[in-house]
Amino acid sequence: MTTAATQIDIDRDKGDFKYEESHKYDAGIGLTEKTIDYICDVKGENDWIRDFRKRALKVFESKELPTHWATKDLENIDFNKIRYYLAGDKRAKKSWDDVPDEVKETFERLGIPENERKFLAGVEAQFDSEAAYSNIKEAVAKDGVIFMGSTEGLMEHPEIFKKWFGKVIPTGDNKFSALNSAVFSGGSFIYVPPGVKVSHPLQAYFRINAENFGQFERTLIIADEGSEVTYMEGCTAPKFDTATLHSAVVELVAMPGAKIEYITVQNWSSNVFNLVTKRAIAHENAVVKWIDCNIGSRLTMKYPGVVLKGRKARGEVMSIALANEGQHQDTGAKMIHAADETTSNVISKSISVGKGRSTYRGQVRMPKHLKGCKNNTECDALLINSDSRTDTYPAITVRGDKNYVQHEASVSKVSAEQIFYMQQRGLSEAEAMSLSVNGFVNDLTRQFPMEYSVELKRLIELEMEGSVG
Amino acid sequence: MEAEPGTDESIRCAFQSHIDSLNNAPEWWKAFKRDAFESYLKAPVPQKSDENWRFANRKGLDLSHCDFNSDPNDLDTQSLIDKSRLTTSQSGAFAFADNQTILSESASAALLEKGVIWCTLSEAIMNHEDLLKDYFMKQAVDLGSKKYADLHSAFVANGVLLYVPKGVEVDAPFYAYNWAVSKEASVFPHTLVIAEEHSRVHLVETHLSSSDQPSLSCGVTHLFAGVGANVDYTLIQGYNEETLGFQINSNIAGKDSQVDMNSVVLGCKRYRAETHGQIKGPGAHIDMRSLALTDAGQEIDQRTLQTHSAPHATSNILFKNALKEQSKTIFSGLIKVDESAQQTDAYQTNRNLLLDSNAEANSLPGLEIEANDVKCSHGATTSEIQDDEIFYMRARGIPKDAAQELIVYGFFEEILGRIEDESLANYSRKLIQAKFRGESV
Repeated sequence: MTTAATQIDIDRDKGDFKYEESHKYDAGIGLTEKTIDYICDVKGENDWIRDFRKRALKVFESKELPTHWATKDLENIDFNKIRYYLAGDKRAKKSWDDVPDEVKETFERLGIPENERKFLAGVEAQFDSEAAYSNIKEAVAKDGVIFMGSTEGLMEHPEIFKKWFGKVIPTGDNKFSALNSAVFSGGSFIYVPPGVKVSHPLQAYFRINAENFGQFERTLIIADEGSEVTYMEGCTAPKFDTATLHSAVVELVAMPGAKIEYITVQNWSSNVFNLVTKRAIAHENAVVKWIDCNIGSRLTMKYPGVVLKGRKARGEVMSIALANEGQHQDTGAKMIHAADETTSNVISKSISVGKGRSTYRGQVRMPKHLKGCKNNTECDALLINSDSRTDTYPAITVRGDKNYVQHEASVSKVSAEQIFYMQQRGLSEAEAMSLSVNGFVNDLTRQFPMEYSVELKRLIELEMEGSVG
Repeated sequence: MEAEPGTDESIRCAFQSHIDSLNNAPEWWKAFKRDAFESYLKAPVPQKSDENWRFANRKGLDLSHCDFNSDPNDLDTQSLIDKSRLTTSQSGAFAFADNQTILSESASAALLEKGVIWCTLSEAIMNHEDLLKDYFMKQAVDLGSKKYADLHSAFVANGVLLYVPKGVEVDAPFYAYNWAVSKEASVFPHTLVIAEEHSRVHLVETHLSSSDQPSLSCGVTHLFAGVGANVDYTLIQGYNEETLGFQINSNIAGKDSQVDMNSVVLGCKRYRAETHGQIKGPGAHIDMRSLALTDAGQEIDQRTLQTHSAPHATSNILFKNALKEQSKTIFSGLIKVDESAQQTDAYQTNRNLLLDSNAEANSLPGLEIEANDVKCSHGATTSEIQDDEIFYMRARGIPKDAAQELIVYGFFEEILGRIEDESLANYSRKLIQAKFRGESV
């Protein structure tokens, strides 16, 4: 366990610190066309982006909050009190030495530079609206892999960026994707050339430091034919009394035969509204796998999706959600089958502790012209305390030829016999409980990269402390 | 989608003449109907954003062509009465043609002496006001069709009331036959069963058409099972495929009671059925099973809710659909377990068998769990008949079509086998076979 502690830290309290703000660029409070002009001017963006943002703002304003199906807690977000753009410097540094001291210290406390040396192929560290640091190992860059902030991506590689930008998730997809399209800043842009297999993961780390702030990063990953890439993201924020908003848009494009694995360990502090739209397009024979782990935030609404566009494409979502007191983890998956013989698999496990609430929402669609598609969905929920809560809302539509769908969900608690059995063998009740819970998610955590799975186990142990009874 | 002003006017006139026709009815009954009608008018038609109507086609819900005061004049009463005999042993029966009583067989003197009440709704309004005031349309409509429940209250004119006193056990089933007869007829079948402590009763309800004419059916059935009571209910819905049908059921189970419900759903162009199983006392058990066979142009939309408000209770849902041709089914099920309902066992299963590539099956199996010491699960599967099953039968000399037919019948047997009344189960089998082969019964 001692070695694990030096790995990527997702311990909740470790992220709960902040430094004084000293932002050179600040778009002020509230959102109007002026805010957008300010962001465009600071970034020096082209007119087409300005128009794109302004159109998106109109869409955002015209859309209602989706409270007819989602929680009313969304109404507590006051869009007029949020700061939409805060940056110390608009260009990310290539070396940690150039990063301002307090920002560098933040990421050092989170262990980012150390991990970069150890096992990462590239790192981007975002501090509020812009990346403070972005670097890719030379060996990887030599293969033609592009890894940079999306702001730089737009400037330096518009020919690749523009082709897919907003194509997987259109502006009007939902209210929050429209909001992101209006004020996006930061996030990663990755392009992997045909046939290149990036052996180590690329990592992005998102940090919110300022109060009343909204982070709207935009990530676009394109894996060209036959390439492979693994991307990991982590996130933390200090605990404030007021609500913080994080609303990202993540678009993945897997060209024929490509493989993308996208790993998220979300550990926002408990005042963050985390409303994220994530979707991938998988072309022929491509595989997209979302591994999604939600531990933090006040409310998370996130349903990673895969549009299976090419024959024999495969989509997977593995997700773990831990909802503690005062948290609502509203997560799920969308599998849109759009070609023959496509397959998808969704495995979701959630644990609700105290008054925590976890929700699974899923969508599986197989339209009528398709043949030989398969979907398997399993969602299991574990309830720890008597006032814990869990909900499951899948929606499945199947037509066509030789298509096969199965969905299963179960809700249970840790059985008294199990706990008794372990206590008989000398474990304390709390240890027994955390062992049981770890067993519940074990087959999923095994799928995570080593560094994460060890840490995740430790974190679950930590979260389970004192929750027995 | 909003109702046009002209439509509003015509239904107002229809309602006025309905009220006028109730000259003998007590004032409280008329007032109840007026309130329901106002509330019907005020309620919006189902909206796109309404989660309870997700996947449902909201077109075709227009009621402007319906005749709310149909008076069947060329009624062949005798042939309908002849068709209203599905069993040889029954405790009592009523048959209604376009809401009018055409057959009434009262309960035996022995049962009446024990205090069993078996009467039509029109009699109940006169003689059992107290029961109606306690039980009639007292259940909230939680699954989206409040507007249609109000329509039912406004126009309902007939139906059955079955009251079984404490400790009385009735062996043979009661039958309520509901026939839709005239063109554009609107029928409002109503069934109210009140089973007191430790009583046992069995009721069968049929919804059938006597012609190919389009009609509207908007029915409500409420079953109340008191402490330790046992209620068994079967609904056969075999309207013609021009009918627009709404059916709202509530099964309320008290302490240690058991409610069994079987539905056989075959008819209607568009059928919306909402079933709410409510666990009200510890030790209760509710079982709800349904089978549906659909063919060209049909949309069968079934929504269920299992509410557990008491601990140590169980509920179980099994809904099976087989879809032929270009047809569509929606199954939406929700298990709701309150914080106090510990030691709940609740299950929900939806199986869809696609027999045609143009068929569309939608499943929305949901859970909302607020207690931790529970066992709850749901499963939903959709697929075609597996090739190896067909191969197995063909290898034994059974032609492909016959093999497919057998598999579908076998698929439904899990539910048909639970219908206690064997002659009723056989009648259902006959209806299913006729429909599968496109024959008439």
